[in-house]
Amino acid sequence: MTRFSSGDTVQVMALGKTGHVRIPHYIRHQIGRIVDYCGTYLNPEDLAVGNTSGRAVDLYRVAFSQARLWPNEPVPQQDMLVIEIYDHWLTHVEETTDAP
Amino acid sequence: MPHDHGEHEALVIEDEAGNIEAQIIVDALQGVLINKGLLTAREVTAAIAKLESPGLHLGSKIVAKAWTDPAYRARLLSDGRAAVQELNIPVTEARIIVVENTASVHNLITCTLCSCYPRSILGQPPSWYISKAYRARSVREPRRVLAEFGLDLPEDVQLVVHDSNADMRYLVLPEPPAGVEYLAPSEMEKMISRDHLIGVARAVK
Repeated sequence: MTRFSSGDTVQVMALGKTGHVRIPHYIRHQIGRIVDYCGTYLNPEDLAVGNTSGRAVDLYRVAFSQARLWPNEPVPQQDMLVIEIYDHWLTHVEETTDAP
Repeated sequence: MPHDHGEHEALVIEDEAGNIEAQIIVDALQGVLINKGLLTAREVTAAIAKLESPGLHLGSKIVAKAWTDPAYRARLLSDGRAAVQELNIPVTEARIIVVENTASVHNLITCTLCSCYPRSILGQPPSWYISKAYRARSVREPRRVLAEFGLDLPEDVQLVVHDSNADMRYLVLPEPPAGVEYLAPSEMEKMISRDHLIGVARAVK
């Protein structure tokens, strides 16, 4: 049983972790929608420091509205960005018009 | 945006200032390993040759098969890795996600963090794919980037940018050209470029 399902509205947290994290800054704090569950993968934050026995984490593909990500750019309303986010960087949020 | 279609595209090894500290460290490490007998120069050269071998482009075979076989197309979209392996292409990536272009949707692939790319299918990424300019601009202003590649995407076509930031690797399935039913697979394969599979090109003709 995964914590999120396709269609859920989620927010990417800004965990302030240092080192090898795979969550780029431009997507932190942003609100999006789960589109796909990718399975479990070893956490790159562990792998980067040689820890190959860490717990595997759920990975999701999450869609964001490009117009919300880049408010200063002239972006057609329907354009989207889809990015992979590990479970521990995501939190549930109330349904909102911010998500595509 | 540099856009070199040449066969030999240099990999980026220096930063913007032209520093090569990493190269110096790698050379020193290689010297130590060779002196200790853990590695031979010949092995290093062979590994580099394999990495840099250009022209690996098995994507066109996959696309031509999907255009001519609807059941295969369905399998490719639901489990890209398994469908690619059906064609005897050894896939080293954990999962291949195939995203389909339609009359109203265009897909573009990028890796904003480094150079993630479906290498077992497309070989090494072109140097522009690894450039900081492409990695930053492909998410912030993808339509301008596409225009620089000669693709003026109409406003009413939805652009979906896929940031390949973690464990998935992506391929774009382009739309078939008009009259595809009259083409032999070998003719189709000649029309399908690497750029179509990354999404910086759209119409196959």
